[in-house]
Amino acid sequence: MLFFRLSWVFIKIGAFGFGGGYAMLPLIQEEVVEKNHWMSKEQFVDLIAISQMTPGPIGINTATYAGYNAMLNAGYSPFMSIAGSVVATVSLCIPSFLLITLISLFIAKVRQNKHFSAAMTGIRLLSVALIALAALSLMNSDNFIDYISIIIFAGALLLSVKYKTHPIIIVFLAAIIGLLIY
Amino acid sequence: MPLRLFLTFTRIGLFTIGGGYAVIPLIERDIVAREWLTKDEFFELIAICESLPGVFATNIATLVGYKVSGLKGSLSAALGTIIAPFFIIILIAAFFQKAQEHSWVTSAFKGIRPAVAALIVSPCISAIRLNRLTYKSGIFPATALVLMWQFNVSPFLIIIFGCLGGVVYNIVTAQKRAE
Repeated sequence: MLFFRLSWVFIKIGAFGFGGGYAMLPLIQEEVVEKNHWMSKEQFVDLIAISQMTPGPIGINTATYAGYNAMLNAGYSPFMSIAGSVVATVSLCIPSFLLITLISLFIAKVRQNKHFSAAMTGIRLLSVALIALAALSLMNSDNFIDYISIIIFAGALLLSVKYKTHPIIIVFLAAIIGLLIY
Repeated sequence: MPLRLFLTFTRIGLFTIGGGYAVIPLIERDIVAREWLTKDEFFELIAICESLPGVFATNIATLVGYKVSGLKGSLSAALGTIIAPFFIIILIAAFFQKAQEHSWVTSAFKGIRPAVAALIVSPCISAIRLNRLTYKSGIFPATALVLMWQFNVSPFLIIIFGCLGGVVYNIVTAQKRAE
């Protein structure tokens, strides 16, 4: 029944995940890490890093990984675990896929509806809080182990905000620093 | 046509690294160059995508696919965006636990973790700029953040309240204007 649980959790995340991949992170963290323990906190952070370096949207990457890990931790074979990732990944896409197919005929009218656009303004405003929460939840002693972590954080922030350096380059630089120091 | 859509979006999925919005220039180049959509149509689809939940890249693929060849098109385009990242993550998931036994992988990730935190602060700053947050309008996301962070309010609830809040605010200001 893990299949159903996986499917339901990722349908929920897919239906509520407004405002892009980063705003989706707190939803994933609450369901996948805190409630269902399909991944540890460390695995979640490492997965975000892996997502930055590999192709594909962060939502898809986490669904695939969580599905695999959940099945494996529950004692299933690697083959069944792949089936778990298929279920999780497809479930994540189901709500918006249905929504698009159902309303594509009159989607232009829906968008012009004033209540709909008001709701969207509300959500857009809150996406700031959701992304901030994702960032804050990573700022703990597990991820920041000493003063060097703080220097890496500050350097990465400067490169990203001021110089618009690509995330892959930043992750690579941080990995090299990690290899040299730890 | 569905097969061509599938292959095109597989290629797009393979080259989207770091964030969903990275797909926009890729899709624009491929789709508009093949004359599947005009530029205006494409930008309209992007605007629609911004008010849909879920994964941006898959949503835009679904919309483009639907517009080009109906339900078959939307299914093959959406599957196309998923397939490459799916297999890459499966490979990583299968080998990552073994790789972590090597001390150098552990060291590299000790360096990477604080950088990941910074990589999420960065889109947060862009979202603040995009919403043109002032001290007044900033109260709403700030309250939401405190509720979720300190009082463990579920982010799912916060999203529902965000929708309702937007609608109520709109009705109240419309009434004030009418008076």
